Parts: sequence; structure tokens; C-alpha cells
Amino acid sequence: MVVAGEVLQSGSSQELHVLAVDDSYVDRKVIEKLLKISSCQVTAVESGARALQFLGLDGEKGSVGFNGLKVNLIMTDYSMPGMTGYELLKKIKRSAAFREIPVVIMSSENILTRIDSCLEEGAEEFLVKPVKLSDIKRLMEDCVTRGETEEQEGRRVHKRKLEDDNLNSSSSSPLSSSPSTTASFGCDISIPELLSSPPHPSKRAKLHDGD
Amino acid sequence: MDVVNQLRRQFVDYSTSLHREGILDDQFTQLQKLQDENSPDFVVEVASLFFEDCEKLINNMGRALEQQQGVDFKQVDASVHQLKGSSSSIGAMRVKNVCITFRSFCEAQNREGCLRCLQQVIHEFSLLKNKLQTLFRLEQQILTAGGSIPVIE
Repeated sequence: MVVAGEVLQSGSSQELHVLAVDDSYVDRKVIEKLLKISSCQVTAVESGARALQFLGLDGEKGSVGFNGLKVNLIMTDYSMPGMTGYELLKKIKRSAAFREIPVVIMSSENILTRIDSCLEEGAEEFLVKPVKLSDIKRLMEDCVTRGETEEQEGRRVHKRKLEDDNLNSSSSSPLSSSPSTTASFGCDISIPELLSSPPHPSKRAKLHDGD
Repeated sequence: MDVVNQLRRQFVDYSTSLHREGILDDQFTQLQKLQDENSPDFVVEVASLFFEDCEKLINNMGRALEQQQGVDFKQVDASVHQLKGSSSSIGAMRVKNVCITFRSFCEAQNREGCLRCLQQVIHEFSLLKNKLQTLFRLEQQILTAGGSIPVIE
């Protein structure tokens, strides 16, 4: 079975090739820069349809895009006109050729049911916008670590990061600025079933009781 | 006093005031940190995209709210949501905060409230645009005078 870590070790070079999907010009430009600074190759497209086209899921085979590079990671916005990031996620996870490519969802809205649905469908992470450099760095580390962990433990670990909805606060400092993602929870957890080890892949979650 | 140092001091003061007034938040600083030799105009480019986006969305909202036969609040909300997203990504805090309020009025289908918010958006956007253009001009002056742009923490 191909694990995320293996998928992320791009064959030809050290650089990961990330496919970024977002309908916002501003966000595409920012995510592109964040990824390039993190030594990734980036292809940024404006819609789920374009993403599928790039992957060749609209007809042709293989995850080799126009420039011949294998896609190692997909980062997609959730709210997009036409096909949402969630719908794109489902299509990718239901395709034999691409289901092993890690998919990260980005959203400006911190909605628990949304986060849960995405993780249930197989998203690696759910990032709350605005995405920061520290998020990307952590993502790079996590995906590689997860690959190793999976090999050792044979089990997926899902993580998520939540941010306070800054309705009332005057700054958008993230909930977690510490590098550790599996460390102790800094806030009230009131959903014990998410913390237990069910037969299907377990999730470790940092939850903010905001809903 | 050395011209470059004077300009740099002006830049720091101006930048600080923009943050203090809540016009910009930490996200803007994050973007400035991403700017490097490979993309020396990164922030200006993102800002330009944002200004274009803003204007387009403001027009959309205005048109939707003017519909006499009935306002499509979902359409207005969609535009506000987009604006909230971009303003958040660039660190335009006051614009973003108006959008949050704006969305509540959309949800409540309150046309008057929406129109008031639209006016506020226009006001905050103009303010932000002017201030950022001043900031960018200052940056340019520093570079022209042979100095480097101070990094604000």
C-alpha cells in the first residue's frame, strides 16, 4: 500500500509538487508564494474543474500534469463556486489513481461539521485561513512524519488546526503557535468519541468549543 | 540627519500607526516577510490584486442591493464572503470586520443594514488603499535613496 510519505517523496527531485486550488486571485498568489518559499513546486488553478483537468481525471490517465510533474499534495479552498473543495476531495479520494495523494482543505470558516466531513472523506488536514508560513512548514513536516508513522504503526493520524473566529478579537493570532501538533490540548475538549480509537482511522483533534 | 534614516524612521512610524489603527493586522506583516529577492514586489502585487478584487466585489454588491424587484441577499452574501476572504488574506483588518457585520445583515435580509455596511466597506477600502499607496511610496523612496526597508515585528 502506498503511504502518504512515499507519495510525498517526489522521484526526480527533492521538491514536492503541490497543486493549489482557490478561486480567489489574492489567495492563489499568497499560497503560491508560501509554497515556493518552502521549496515546493506549485501549480495554482482557480477551480476544482481545472484541478481535475490538470490531474487528467477528466479523461486521461495518470497524475502527471502538463509539465510532466507528479502531484504530491493538493491544497484546496473549501468554498468555491461550481465544485467545492469538499466535492473535489471526494472525487480525488474516490479515484483509484489519485486517492493516495494527500489533500488539505483550507477555509476561512471554522465550522466543526465542515471540518469533520472533510476529515471523514480523507482530508489530511483542515487549515483555517489565512494560511501562514508556519502552517505550510508544519504541513511539510507532518506529511513526511505521517508517512514514517504509518509505516511503523500502520494507522493514519489525522490532525487539524483551528483558529478562533476573530469576530471579537483584534488580532488573528493562531490558536497554536507551538510546533507540536500532537501535544496536549490547550482548550476544552467535550467530544470524547473523537479521541477514542475506533476501528476506522483514528483522529487526534485540537478542538475549540466554539460551535 | 541622514536622508535614508529619516525615511526609514518615517516608514516605521507610519507602519506602526497603520497597525495601531487596526487598518492592518499581523497577516500583512506575514506577507511582508514573504517578500524576497525572488519577488521584490510581492506585497505590491498582492495589494493590487486585492484592490481590483475589492472594486469588482463592491460593484457587485451595489448592483445587487439596488434591485428594486427584490434583493438577492444570497448573491450579496457571496460577494461579501469573497471580500472577507481576500481582506483576511492580505491583513486588511477593518475591511474584514465590516464584512463580518455585513454578512449578519445579509442573513437577516436587512437591506438598510446592508447598504450601511456597503458604505462602510467603501470608506474602509478607500482609506486602506490610500494608506497602502503611501506606505509603498515610502518604501520606494527608501530604496531609491539606497536604503533597505525596515522589518517591523
